[in-house]
Amino acid sequence: MSADVELDRVTVRFGQFTAVKEASLKIAGGEFFSFLGPSGCGKTTILRTVSGFLDPSEGAVRIAGKDMIGIGANKRPTALIFQNLALFPLMTVAENITYGLRVRGMSKADRRKRADELLHLIALPGQGDKLVSELSGGQKQRVAIARALAVEPQVLLLDEPLSALDLKLRQHMRNELRAIQQRVGITFIYITHDQGEALTMSDRIAVMNNGVIEQVGDGKAVYDEPRTSFVASFVGENNPFAGRVAKADGTGAVVETPFGLLRGRNPNGVKEGDKAILFVRPEALRVGEGSKDATVTSTVLNVAFEGNASHIFLKGADKKDITLTVGRLERVEIPEQGSTASVTYNPDLGLVLPEGKLARE
Amino acid sequence: MSRLFVYLIPVFVIAVFMVMAHYEKRLAHDPTHRGFFDRNGTVLGVTFIALVAFWTLFLVVLPYLYMVQESFHPKLVAAERGGPKDILTLEQYRSFFIQPTDGEVNTTHLWAFFFSLAASAAVTVLNFAICYPLAYYMAQAGSVQKVRLLMLALIVPYWVNEILRAFSLRLLLASKGLINQVLMGVGLTDAPVDFLGNNVGLYVGLSYAYLLVMMFPLYNAVESLDKNQIEAARDLGAPWWRIHKDVVVPYAKPGIASGCTMVFMLSAGSLAAPQFLGGPQTLWFTSIVYDFFFQAFNWPRGAAYAFLLLAGCIALVMLMLRVFKVSLGETIK
Repeated sequence: MSADVELDRVTVRFGQFTAVKEASLKIAGGEFFSFLGPSGCGKTTILRTVSGFLDPSEGAVRIAGKDMIGIGANKRPTALIFQNLALFPLMTVAENITYGLRVRGMSKADRRKRADELLHLIALPGQGDKLVSELSGGQKQRVAIARALAVEPQVLLLDEPLSALDLKLRQHMRNELRAIQQRVGITFIYITHDQGEALTMSDRIAVMNNGVIEQVGDGKAVYDEPRTSFVASFVGENNPFAGRVAKADGTGAVVETPFGLLRGRNPNGVKEGDKAILFVRPEALRVGEGSKDATVTSTVLNVAFEGNASHIFLKGADKKDITLTVGRLERVEIPEQGSTASVTYNPDLGLVLPEGKLARE
Repeated sequence: MSRLFVYLIPVFVIAVFMVMAHYEKRLAHDPTHRGFFDRNGTVLGVTFIALVAFWTLFLVVLPYLYMVQESFHPKLVAAERGGPKDILTLEQYRSFFIQPTDGEVNTTHLWAFFFSLAASAAVTVLNFAICYPLAYYMAQAGSVQKVRLLMLALIVPYWVNEILRAFSLRLLLASKGLINQVLMGVGLTDAPVDFLGNNVGLYVGLSYAYLLVMMFPLYNAVESLDKNQIEAARDLGAPWWRIHKDVVVPYAKPGIASGCTMVFMLSAGSLAAPQFLGGPQTLWFTSIVYDFFFQAFNWPRGAAYAFLLLAGCIALVMLMLRVFKVSLGETIK
């Protein structure tokens, strides 16, 4: 059974500090929904508000249409997976998994049966009598998932649960989490600062900054159609070129940048004279000259070979390098370090957005 | 002769250890190993050994051994020591159970023994009941400023001398003391309540005296518990009392055991609080021991009684550790 979750103008304050400002969105039942943002952006606060450890200062949280005001964390149809997992070290794996059922008064035999089922689901059959300390990082991860699923929550909340794992395991667990979500079919709300995790697993993503939800959409939308400078710079790599809008028309806008006039799409309708930033993704840039309003010429600072791709770093304005990514099989002549090179892009892949805060590097 | 024998025990123990060390060196030869004197030099090595030996032998082992052997001897005047009357005997231990004077069962002392242990156990439970919520609040729930203030409020009274503290409690609890005056003034009682006579003063005084001894191990144990553990249990549906029963108390068990052991041992061995705050009918076992040493000058019997108290306390503590499944090692972590 899955339930939809609705945030209705949720504001959370700690004293003078506003952690979340008027967050409103609706998460459909059975959806894999991620909150993505840098640390301190308020995403964990939202999660704690949904799970019931925090009450919103204003606004309401509704789960399955029911206002959750006054309903404690132990009474909500949610289960939370903690960043550090918070498994009970003095209990065995099976005791951990069935703790929620024990609290609900399930008999020992039934608990044992349910533990075996869940151990099967997380591919750890027969390991119920082990102590948590005897498990590896990935296994602990799965036990934490099983413990949360055991109470048959309608919404599963995950607070950066993969951040403690090493890279390979993390990538593996992404697929596994997604698979588990599709098997059990309940709503997953996932908190992360890792855009790779958010993009690969989620049906939809809410990008947050400074307590405000900047954009909600599927992975493609937040990557290809960011609506604010923050989203454009936080989700994936991006090269910002700041300046004033020299010309804006129906098809796009031209920004006066330190590298000359550069053109891009103009979905937000910035006006002539506005301060704006043109964003071009590293993979949209290629070596060579193109049309004059889509070519940047600068010094090559460094070339980094990364196996499947090479990254070329050009001297940019404001100490921020311009990054260009070349696929291994593209057979491009890579300019030498120290030389002057021109790079160009398809103006359709440039994006002009109103000036705003960029994500911190 | 029999007195000398006891002092040979440490010599014997040291000899056994030296032989064992020698054999270990021969059996498990480690070429990289450097001897104690090689590492520290002869002067420093001898100094270390001499200091440690002085500390353990003269300050710890020998005084106790003296008392042990004393407890197995009859009470003698100085002239008779080492004479024909100076024999090994269980007379002092027997006198705890059977009165040497009339051959009757020594109910007074037996009762004092059990009362002291039972009252100490009660004080321990009372102290735990007071300290656990406080320690939990300070370690997990309270804000930093409040916790600091509370800590200060807990510690400052201990700057005051123990006897002064006991006496001031006595003044508060006396039949014409402040508490009785207030109670009568409000009209809750007509006649003063005899707090000292019915041992309320004793329990209050002892609990108060050893509050910190319970507080610190508890606080340390609860403080290191990950907050997420508590929230995880709550999230899984546990009501507050279950969280304590299933998560906090099992985690803090070594600290609880350590605090309880110390409070129990210290109350059972305390002297000032029972003497000043106990009722006139209350005979604390340590008072008896004290009287044998300083009133009757019967050191052998005093020593025997002291060891009986020690044995009783250790037995009870071990039993409790067994019941609550805590290993002795955990309590001193």
